[in-house]
Amino acid sequence: MYNMDAFLIHRLQFAFTIMFHYLFPQLTMGLALLIVVLKYNALRTGDETFNKSARFWAKIFALNFAMGVVTGIPMEFQFGTNWARFSAFAGGVIGQTLAMEGLYAFFLESTFLGLFLFGEKKLGPKLHFLSAVLVFLGSWISGLFIIATNAWMQNPVGFHQLPDGTFQLASFGELFTNPWLFWQYVHTMSGSVVTAAFVMCAVGAYYVLSDKNAEYGKKFLKTGLIAGVIVSIFQAFPSGDGQGKNVALYQPVTLAAMEGLFETEHGAGLTIIGQPDVENMKLDNPIIVPNMLSFLTYNRWKAEVKGLKEYPRELWPDNIPLLYYSYHIMVGLGTIFIAITMLGIFLLWRKKVFTARWYLWILMLAFPFPYIANTTGWMTAELGRQPWLIYGLLKTADGFSSNVSSGNALFTTLGFAGIYLMVGLLFIILVLKEIIEGPDHVKKKTPPIAP
Amino acid sequence: METFWFIALAFMIIMYVILDGFDLGTGMFYLGTAKNDNERRTLLNSIGPVWDGNEVWLIAAGGSLFFAFPKLYASSFSGFYLPLTIVLWLLIGRALGIELRKHVDNRLWKSFWDVVFSISSILLVVFFGAALGNIIRGVSLEADGYFFEALWTTFTVVPRSGILDWFTVLMSFVAVATLMGHGANFISVKTAGELQMRARNVSKKINPLVLLLSLLMFAATTYIRPELWNNYFTHVWGFIFPVTGMAGLAGMFYFRSKDSDGKAFLSSAVFILGMMSGTAFGLYPTLLHSTLDPSYSLTVTNSSAGSYGLGVGLIWWVIGMILAMGYFGYLFYTFRGKVVMTEDSEGY
Repeated sequence: MYNMDAFLIHRLQFAFTIMFHYLFPQLTMGLALLIVVLKYNALRTGDETFNKSARFWAKIFALNFAMGVVTGIPMEFQFGTNWARFSAFAGGVIGQTLAMEGLYAFFLESTFLGLFLFGEKKLGPKLHFLSAVLVFLGSWISGLFIIATNAWMQNPVGFHQLPDGTFQLASFGELFTNPWLFWQYVHTMSGSVVTAAFVMCAVGAYYVLSDKNAEYGKKFLKTGLIAGVIVSIFQAFPSGDGQGKNVALYQPVTLAAMEGLFETEHGAGLTIIGQPDVENMKLDNPIIVPNMLSFLTYNRWKAEVKGLKEYPRELWPDNIPLLYYSYHIMVGLGTIFIAITMLGIFLLWRKKVFTARWYLWILMLAFPFPYIANTTGWMTAELGRQPWLIYGLLKTADGFSSNVSSGNALFTTLGFAGIYLMVGLLFIILVLKEIIEGPDHVKKKTPPIAP
Repeated sequence: METFWFIALAFMIIMYVILDGFDLGTGMFYLGTAKNDNERRTLLNSIGPVWDGNEVWLIAAGGSLFFAFPKLYASSFSGFYLPLTIVLWLLIGRALGIELRKHVDNRLWKSFWDVVFSISSILLVVFFGAALGNIIRGVSLEADGYFFEALWTTFTVVPRSGILDWFTVLMSFVAVATLMGHGANFISVKTAGELQMRARNVSKKINPLVLLLSLLMFAATTYIRPELWNNYFTHVWGFIFPVTGMAGLAGMFYFRSKDSDGKAFLSSAVFILGMMSGTAFGLYPTLLHSTLDPSYSLTVTNSSAGSYGLGVGLIWWVIGMILAMGYFGYLFYTFRGKVVMTEDSEGY
């Protein structure tokens, strides 16, 4: 009989809940920045449509933020509930960053979100703008602490190990100057702005195409396209490039697996398309740009890139095909985002973007893809780290809560699946409703109750 | 150093109970006291700008527990696997209840989220009370520092009881009564008119119950863990905590009889503070007591993180706390005063 063991269920639950969770923060972080831009434009120009635009996006932001919070709290708990042995081993180090996130990011974020959403009249335009800035800061600081945690798991620094096996912090400074941290942080943050920019463009395109709220639509398109082109290019260079070099330096076996490179090559090519065949250790149907991988990794056309065969099999990431596809989907989509946004900027410059209906259709339908790119990016990072939970120090198989039986773990996994399905449906319905009602919608007034 | 973190953690948890306690309390009597849409919106707007921030105290306490006592975090979170996961689901339910209600102007939609909000609040308090009960009673920690508790076994206090037994259920009742009174005091501060009268009424009716349940709790705790009094006999000054709690309870009666709402609210906060700090004082230095063998218990020394990390944390924790208190002061100051719903009110 096929037995689903507890380890697999713990992994599935974490993978599912974290992937679902990250659908929300990526929009939160990116949109927080774009709302600051809209509020700034409102302050600068005094144009009321900017204020109405900011209020409209704030409504979507609030919904999205609430979903991010309710799906985020389980993440903080699951370190302990599902990954207890990992927590006991690593809490001396990553407890720092996770506790700091609570103190320095969540308090800031939640307090000023309350003020931002409820206090526009009480605060006046300047303080209200300031509260938007602080919400943005809070969400990006939150990202910093989470990436610092993940960077430590990818490339552990600044720690020492006690005789009982636990890892303890040895240098607070090294934790935050981890060479892995910088590129991963900026890459993740600008990835979140890609999502927000495409979402804003999609709503803008919908308004212009349907000739409803077209004035707002044009503002959304302009803001979204300008932000979108900057961050899309930034995703490839320098941040993606820097991140790739980190992988080559600190996790060379991961790089080989991501690229589907089995043999060591001098002048390794960059695989555009192909299916890794791990059983026979070769790549099927490859389309390869010669020498490109060597160049991108070491800036030399003929540099040696080590293949998977150089490494003992037990150190290979345990799901190479999924890792390979995740990475290639991310990179492929990233390239498409650059093309779409650059085309948009060209049309904007030629003053044609609002009439080029074919292009607006593309923008309107493109918004799911940044979500996919961000998700597959994280899958690349997490699958690439396998079989390690803390790279080189602790195997994933040694980190889960062995005191929680598979039956209990499956119970909660199914529970999360059901609840998140409902949460996701509600979110889509309510956001669509807000978008259809548009920025000019005024809530039907509730008649006051007679005394 | 470990003692400081024990106090810091107790402080954050108590702050959570006092702050989110009134949100939860409001949720518990929400359906009964607020009869129409306007009144329900008034209640939601009373807690609306602050409930999310209040909840952050729970998250921050969880993070600080992870940081200061990783072994306790690992052991207790995995051991309390089922109740904690259910608490997570209930937190989701409460947040959705508050946040989604306003999005569709439809009677059925609103009623549905009203019920979700209220039931989630009640069950959360039941679980939180039981959690405190489990900490006081102890759990079946094995020699390796781990345990796993079912939701219930036989409902008796035995070395391997479940989350719910007669003692922890009693603690759930204490929590429900206390926070309902606390929430009613808060709402009587934030509202006017008929809604305020009803909130005062809730508080008036619940106060004797809080007194009765507290006395029962004292007796039951002394019965199952008499050694919790040891710290008090060696350090007599510790009696200040339960005495403070009792003074808070007296204040709840006294100021309620004068309909002095603000002071009654402060009194219920002081009551929570006194009772919980008194419990922490009795538990110290044990963090989680083993019902199998006291030598398996997790204490502040055998489950803490390394001293360098704890030392660094001291700096950022103090700064972070000062900042957080500042934000909260500003937030509560901005939204001070009574909530009066007008036609174009912002919010819920």
